Amino acid sequence: MVSLAEPVPLIIAPSRGYWASVGQRLLRDKVTMVCVVILLTIILAAIFAPYLGLADPYRGSIIRRLRPIGTPGYLLGTDEQGRDMLARLIYGGRLSLFIGLLPVFNAFVIGSLLGITAGFVGGKVNAAIMRTSDVFLAFPSVLLAVAISGALGAGILNSIVSLTIVFVPPIARIAESVTTQVRSLDFVDAARASGASSWTIIRVHILNNVLGPIFVYATSLISVSMILGAGLSFLGLGTKPPEPEWGLMLNTLRTAIYVQPWIAALPGAMIFMVSIGFNLVSDGLRSAMDVRR
Amino acid sequence: MLVYLIRRLLYVVPIALAVSVVCFSLVHIAPGDPLVSILPPDASLQLVEQMRKSYGFDQPIPVQFGIWLGKAIQGDFGTSIATSRPVSQEIYKAVGNTLMLAMAATLIGFTLGCFFGFVAGYFRDTWIDRVAVTVSILGVSVPHYWLGMVLVIVFAVLLPWLPPTGAGPGSSADWAWDWAHMQYLILPAVTMSVIPMGIVTRTVRALVGDILSQEFVDALRAKGLTDWGVFQHVVKNAAPTALTVIGLQLGYLLGGSILIETVFSWPGTGSLLNAAIFQRDLPLLQGTILVLAMFFVVLNLLVDVAQTAIDPRIRR
Repeated sequence: MVSLAEPVPLIIAPSRGYWASVGQRLLRDKVTMVCVVILLTIILAAIFAPYLGLADPYRGSIIRRLRPIGTPGYLLGTDEQGRDMLARLIYGGRLSLFIGLLPVFNAFVIGSLLGITAGFVGGKVNAAIMRTSDVFLAFPSVLLAVAISGALGAGILNSIVSLTIVFVPPIARIAESVTTQVRSLDFVDAARASGASSWTIIRVHILNNVLGPIFVYATSLISVSMILGAGLSFLGLGTKPPEPEWGLMLNTLRTAIYVQPWIAALPGAMIFMVSIGFNLVSDGLRSAMDVRR
Repeated sequence: MLVYLIRRLLYVVPIALAVSVVCFSLVHIAPGDPLVSILPPDASLQLVEQMRKSYGFDQPIPVQFGIWLGKAIQGDFGTSIATSRPVSQEIYKAVGNTLMLAMAATLIGFTLGCFFGFVAGYFRDTWIDRVAVTVSILGVSVPHYWLGMVLVIVFAVLLPWLPPTGAGPGSSADWAWDWAHMQYLILPAVTMSVIPMGIVTRTVRALVGDILSQEFVDALRAKGLTDWGVFQHVVKNAAPTALTVIGLQLGYLLGGSILIETVFSWPGTGSLLNAAIFQRDLPLLQGTILVLAMFFVVLNLLVDVAQTAIDPRIRR
């Protein structure tokens, strides 16, 4: 549903001080820094959840179901089974972030490999890889994710597999176009003329110049991946109850919207926050790496 | 133009064929025997064999694909395992509802997106621009199924203005263009429109900024054209790209309606997919996905052709 192919700035010949200047520009970008801090807080809280002195996210109680936000002892209230919402939201980050981030990482590795190969080798290999990605790009991303995980059946692993399949083709396409552009530049010819082997050219001249743009593009997919991953759980195709996971929590709390509407909306607010955060960080990274500005 | 048209049409054939291969293989990546959901657990081997034959599962896979595709082209997607009705009938009923929803959402999203985009592009780097940019970032970042829930909470639970779910009063599935029915369309359509709105805003803002910084705009101003005249030139230059974006967005919305349809119990293709997945109704799943994917392929084609027709610079 969200467009997966956007132009990425091509940055050529990063000098030794390039990454240092990118870092400096990022540090000066206030919006990005605020987002980084918020995201890190959510991620670290999720990782170290067991040490934060939170209530047990699995233990419910029939007598304290759906307590309102601000109840003493239950800062964010309780859910439809009387489980502490704050604990479940923090613990929920573990699975939600895992399901959102892993497919993008997988797709970054697989897609770069395919795209760089296609761009560097060219010819029939290029045609085979790129025409195959065209087929998968001919599906709207949500439909493809739902179709694959629907056919494979519910489960975390299946969600991750289906989202990986969704994100490999767009990353491969970007990687191919960037590699093709870099390959035709003068310094690659110069390297070949001075006797560098194909492997050296790929390692030194191609990888150094293409991984940056591909990485920036991949970070822009994290937000889509978070929304889709939680969406699959929301549909019942991801995690199973009683596991705390934002999409699934949103689904099971739907019955509570007439009793405690704002508690029912909380898990979605977490997805929203993380999704905005990654989008803004990705935008910040993109403009920090764009040396032409 | 004609040569381009023919070349573009020919290019669709292999894509459409490959898309149908993917849809067909969905049944075969599904774990377990595709017949397992319709056969009783204690079915005799003889019965299993008989069913296998009647569904054609005893044939080699390429032959099965050929038979399936041949029937699908004629609009026969087999019989739904859950309802025993033809799959094509089920899809036909649902597609209309999804199309209506997606088109309403596209219309809202396109109108608002163009408005925000033009205003932001014209007033670059002012507070208006920043507001528009923020709106577009919120639009592309929001989990739309959650936004749907929030809108239900605000406009159906806290303020009893609109119905929370469904597509019409009572249980009748027949649509009519009166207020009693249309009020059911408002919340899902507004929810869905947020995504194209964000993307159109971003695209149009960048386009208008680009166009305004080109020399011909200065030339137009220099020859004494009014702001309104310049605006018309900007619209003419921005239209092809904006149309492409919105055409593709309509396709994404058609295929991605499942989450919103689930939130609002909207009786469209998304609800159909949902039912097909959880009842393991594989013919229905295959058929629905094929139809939605083909819609997307055809929309892509139409967008390309329309863009070439409008913008002579693209023709090669």
